Amino acid sequence: MRLYRLLLRFYPASFRHEYGEEMVRLFEERRRHASAVERVQLWIEAIGDAASAAPRVHVDILRQDLRYTVRALTRTPGFAVAAIIVMALGIGATTAVFSIADRVLLRPLPYSDPERLVRVWENAPGYPQMEPSPANYRDWTQMTGSFEQLEAHTVYAVNMLHSQPERVAGIALTWQLLPMLGVQPALGRLFTADEGRLGGPDAVILSDRLWRRSFNADPSVIGQSVRLDDTACTIVGVMPPDFYFPDRETDLWAPLTMGPGWFVDRDNAALRVVGRLKPGVTLDGARAEMNSVMAALEKAYPKENAQTRATVRLLGDQVSWQSRLLIRILTGASICLLLIACTNLASLLLTRFAARRRELTVRAALGAGRERLTRQLLTESLTLSVAGGAAGVVFAFFATPLLARLVPTTLPVPDATALDLRVLLFAAAVTIATGVAFGVLPAWRISRAAQSVSLREHARGDVGGRERLRSALVAAQITASILLLISAGLLMRALGNVQSIDPGFDARGVLTLRTALPTDRYSTTAARGQFYERVLHEIRALPGVKAAAYASFTPMIMRGGIWAVEMPGLTPNDSDPHSVSLRFLTSGYFDALGIPLKRGRDLSDSDTFDSPFVAVVSESFAKRYWPKGDAIGQRFTVSFFERTIVGIAGDVHVRGLESLSEPQVYVPYRQIRDGWMPFYTPKDLLIRTTGDPLALAPSVRRIVRNVDPELPVSDVQTMEDVVTRETAPRRTQTAVLGLFAVMAILLAGIGLHGLLSFGVSQRRQEIGVRLALGAPRSSVLRMVLREGAVLAAIGGIAGLCLSYAAGRTFESLLAGVRPADPVTYSIAIAVALLMTLSGSLIPALRALRVDPVKALRAE
Amino acid sequence: MTFHILLALSDGERHGYAIIQDVAARTDGAVKISAGTLYRSVQRMQEQGLIEESRRRPAPDEDDERRRYYALTEFGTAVARAEARRLTQLVKLARASGFATGKA
Repeated sequence: MRLYRLLLRFYPASFRHEYGEEMVRLFEERRRHASAVERVQLWIEAIGDAASAAPRVHVDILRQDLRYTVRALTRTPGFAVAAIIVMALGIGATTAVFSIADRVLLRPLPYSDPERLVRVWENAPGYPQMEPSPANYRDWTQMTGSFEQLEAHTVYAVNMLHSQPERVAGIALTWQLLPMLGVQPALGRLFTADEGRLGGPDAVILSDRLWRRSFNADPSVIGQSVRLDDTACTIVGVMPPDFYFPDRETDLWAPLTMGPGWFVDRDNAALRVVGRLKPGVTLDGARAEMNSVMAALEKAYPKENAQTRATVRLLGDQVSWQSRLLIRILTGASICLLLIACTNLASLLLTRFAARRRELTVRAALGAGRERLTRQLLTESLTLSVAGGAAGVVFAFFATPLLARLVPTTLPVPDATALDLRVLLFAAAVTIATGVAFGVLPAWRISRAAQSVSLREHARGDVGGRERLRSALVAAQITASILLLISAGLLMRALGNVQSIDPGFDARGVLTLRTALPTDRYSTTAARGQFYERVLHEIRALPGVKAAAYASFTPMIMRGGIWAVEMPGLTPNDSDPHSVSLRFLTSGYFDALGIPLKRGRDLSDSDTFDSPFVAVVSESFAKRYWPKGDAIGQRFTVSFFERTIVGIAGDVHVRGLESLSEPQVYVPYRQIRDGWMPFYTPKDLLIRTTGDPLALAPSVRRIVRNVDPELPVSDVQTMEDVVTRETAPRRTQTAVLGLFAVMAILLAGIGLHGLLSFGVSQRRQEIGVRLALGAPRSSVLRMVLREGAVLAAIGGIAGLCLSYAAGRTFESLLAGVRPADPVTYSIAIAVALLMTLSGSLIPALRALRVDPVKALRAE
Repeated sequence: MTFHILLALSDGERHGYAIIQDVAARTDGAVKISAGTLYRSVQRMQEQGLIEESRRRPAPDEDDERRRYYALTEFGTAVARAEARRLTQLVKLARASGFATGKA
């Protein structure tokens, strides 16, 4: 019989309570009349019965509860809509932020066994992640045993001549790199060993994006030839749309073949290296081996590998700390918002259940057990959270693209993050968890109260406890909203700080674009000089153009281009590695970018290979090496020649607004031997105009086409856009955080208002008695306001403390704003006061309007 | 199922086991109700107001403290009648069309 009772456990408690004894009795009776064989049969029947009938009974109850819930909710549509909106905001915000955080921080890279893929760098003084030279890379492949494969790639930006000239960002990679990632092409094949050999056939693989954009997604391109920088290459494959390597800007892959010339200079930082660890080899093991290999290479080549070791990091571990922190803060903020939403729902449910106490008490008295009541109330909270969750997913669907800017471009993942199954599962889990967690508490309390309290009209059994719970919930909401408010405020102030950083140039009215000169036709300075002069001459003649120049790179677009200088009598060390941001220029660069020339002169067109070698340096360079004397006229060596300083320019944030930049050195483009330093060949055109810079673009394109019809014009943009992009992730984050903070403070205000209103309606009689006994109305007002003020003070102080702690954790993002910034705190406190006051006002006024006679008559 | 239980209660109140036995007897053993199914139906029918727990008890010697007796409510009787009428109507139609034997 005990066994049969165990079987009954599958039925809902209320059902078991009602009919359990009957069923036991029935089973006993049958068993008594049964033979041994029939008894076995009886047991089988009983088990089958429990398996089929018990779930149905559960469903019956659920259906009944749902019907009841829908009826109850449609009776109070205002409540239902409010609750659903609150949950939709919370779940939607969390889901949208999760979909970004998942992409950037959690999800493994879309390659096979990504946890064994690593990046290997040289770790040189001041540069922990230096691209290795081909010679060092070759030695690594021969001297290490930690890696299954060690592959390399380098930038391969080319002019593609297909239907029209086009600049394409590509990557040249060792032919076994793509197989190492474990990827397959969508069309055609990957590279062969023959194509990876020096002097082998020229092959190229296209990205899906390039294939669609420039080849009309034509499958017959496989085997066709395309001209890249004057070389005919055969298209052998097209990659699938979701394949990115090494970043999402790359549109083309070609085999990397290194001739003997590549291995001459061990300072030639040219390669990026990716490897696959052998199974069982740890990251630390690989690091130890790489460091000992580099130590050996330092012994063999003491000059080039001086103090150089290696850095080994997981390929997936390449998101900058800033991106990480931005997204972590957002995640924290969205969780805060979700908690506020949940406490709000819990609070709403408590009020609602309290208002229905009589109805629930009646049901309890009619024999509905506690389990049955809890079940009913939980069904209500889950219904609300599921409806809210569904609305939240819709909300997230539209909100996620707005967050796409937070996905760093360096990640090999798409920026347009779709809501996929993973994210939907997350949203579902959050929905269920919140519905249960924040429904159980009120449901449990109320059902207990309903059971213990009799039908007596004014039994207040549990009211005190419930009010305390609600008060705690409201205080928690205030805490979380202040936390959000201050965090958003601090980051807003930091954004202001960053935006007010002077980039070192005047971005207004400047157009920048790229005309990359193919190395074959423009191999000599003379050939390039002709091109520059013709183009610049015509551009300078355009109406509105004030200055124009060619330079190696544009600041903030190209952050690298770092070269070592040799200073007479000084050796490089950790604190000063003697590295500078080196640029080759035509004349007019400083005018075009509006960089102030502090002293001396601009580089001029008469600075040729035959005239004295000169350089313009930045103020920080001059100050570093000639802190007291005058730098003009001093000499130092850069890019193979000793040069005399003829001018000093203002410092420029080459690496971006928030990064430290190397001092800058500018040299005339003619003062280099033909074929040397081709990477630094001027290709970026900068034009300052009085009008709209982009309106100039068509004329510039026409001029370039007239001079060289095969040359693509690419990367056309204004410098203002370039500078604005610097703060794009910050602006997105701050905007989202600000929005969260506003929602949080509104929700907290609503929560406070709800609590106080409820309190006033519950205490109408008490207030009535007080007034009847002659208490002044101001004392009633004070009573209500005091309750609000106490909650605001408790929640507010906790919020201020938490905010300071949070601010400390992201101090590095604050761009000089202190975590205890008085301005932010004062504003936050003022907003919190305003919120408290407006939340308390209506209930307070309602308390004032209580008519003692009416209130007492209701007794 | 509901109709079977209504029929079983037509000549007076019964307890659960009796309902099962009565239904089996009426249908010559063709319809066997399991305990779980029976009480699920009972619960639903109680909620719908078709049957109620009887307050009257049979003679003391037959009574068992643990047993619960169920009886038709007025509504239950009305529903049983309506259902019987509906079925009769259907059978008439079936006969008229020649699908069933008997008087048309």
